[in-house]
Amino acid sequence: MDFLQNLDPTVQFILFSVVKIGVVFGVTMSFVAYSVLVERKVSAWIQDRVGPNRTAPPMAQFVPILGPFLTRLGIFQPMADGLKFLLKEDFTPSYVRKVYFWIAPAIAVIPAFLTLAVIPFGSTLGNPGNKMVIADLDVGILYTFGIVSLGVYGIVLAGYAANSKYPFLGGIRSSAQMISYEIAMGMSVVSVFLLVGDLNLSKVIEYQAHGGWLVFKQPLAFFIFLVAAFAETNRLPFDLPESESELVGGYHTEYSSMKFALFFLGEYANMIASSAMMVTLFFGGWTLPFIGDPASGLLGGLLHIGIFVAKMCAFMVLFIWVRWMFPRFRYDQLMDLGWRRFIPLALANILVTALVVAFVNR
Amino acid sequence: MPEFTDLLFYAFAGLTLLCGFLCVANPLSRNPVTSAMFLVLTIISMAGLFVLLHAFFLAAVQVLVYAGAVMVLFLFVIMLLNIKEEERRKMNIAAVGVGAVAVATLAGILVRALWHATPLATTATVEGSTRTLGRILFTRYLLPFEVLSVLLLVAMVGVILLSRKELK
Repeated sequence: MDFLQNLDPTVQFILFSVVKIGVVFGVTMSFVAYSVLVERKVSAWIQDRVGPNRTAPPMAQFVPILGPFLTRLGIFQPMADGLKFLLKEDFTPSYVRKVYFWIAPAIAVIPAFLTLAVIPFGSTLGNPGNKMVIADLDVGILYTFGIVSLGVYGIVLAGYAANSKYPFLGGIRSSAQMISYEIAMGMSVVSVFLLVGDLNLSKVIEYQAHGGWLVFKQPLAFFIFLVAAFAETNRLPFDLPESESELVGGYHTEYSSMKFALFFLGEYANMIASSAMMVTLFFGGWTLPFIGDPASGLLGGLLHIGIFVAKMCAFMVLFIWVRWMFPRFRYDQLMDLGWRRFIPLALANILVTALVVAFVNR
Repeated sequence: MPEFTDLLFYAFAGLTLLCGFLCVANPLSRNPVTSAMFLVLTIISMAGLFVLLHAFFLAAVQVLVYAGAVMVLFLFVIMLLNIKEEERRKMNIAAVGVGAVAVATLAGILVRALWHATPLATTATVEGSTRTLGRILFTRYLLPFEVLSVLLLVAMVGVILLSRKELK
């Protein structure tokens, strides 16, 4: 490791950033693949089924005990799924708008990964200067909201590109839904930052390490953020842009093969990003009530990353669990909930928090 | 690395100009959705220019408000009204003449202003944390800020009034 210390600081910074980007991207991609498996398994358990239990590479059955066990868990299923997505025929209907049809899936995926850049997924690793966040932005949360708000383009353009009725309706629904819930989401976070006094996400975690998790101080903000996150990721009970029973498949009806897979990937990457946001904003990030200081060694740093990932997984399971427990909202109910319940509630929350901060905290 | 930021500046400035041009006068497509998408790209490249000036807050808000909300609503309206591709109109000599004079005048003013401007010794940045920005907004620029807020409120109330169905 000596030659690393002797490098020019700029080169060192670039090197570490590239490594961090690569690792975060790789880990997120495998998380996406395996959260699909978890989704299928959890749904199977909830519906009293078995779920994927027989996909296996040719050699697996010859490994005693472990082979059949892993097969029954469905560990190999995501690999088969991924291969299938890549190898299936990529069909482009004749009536679509070609250019938008090609770029829409890409636009749907990119924002989900860009939001991960500002999330502090650990304290430090190795030497103290090596922070475990790709970009330690001062306007962290605003960056996140900016990028998240671009996510709607992928869906809207997909609906427009397909040039047929159901995808178009899905696209229109999603743009209205995502804009509405972005407002509630943004407002719920304002009260958090009134308490913390900074927009930088690392500062938010620093505050929580010493002042307790924000979910206990801002339960209402957390609840609004959680529900808005479901709406932003188009997950049930708010999956109206793709509701199967009304719109066939919504905005991705006309897509096949890898292009469809990209929408799928975008949805799960979005779930991961919003889980990570909730952990960072309300559940203390990489801290635990008794572990608050940045790690000194390699082992401590890895432990912090482990804590963060564990909390994130808990939220992923919550996302999946809710999907199989609740029926879909009607569209007018969705809009009513967003505009007439959550936005006034979030505004009231900001007002109360501001008053408390102004009169009690000083 | 000053050269690198210079390079980025030229890249973003070029993108802004190119996308702005393609937004209003795209030779390949007369589709309003394409124009709107190029406007989004223009806005995002302008946000890149803000970042180069260290105005991170402005850049983030630019993307959040304009690219993320306003332009999505633009697209929404274009799609809902089902605006067809615009037909190419015949050139009107008088209109072209008036347009040329207007553009020449504006360009003249801009070039003149640039010509007489003395370049600063140090590069001026809009540096400052969000905290200082907020403090300035609520002290030195309180009146304009409040007036703008009231203006926005008036617009909002007006829209709600106009969109009510039982309006006589």
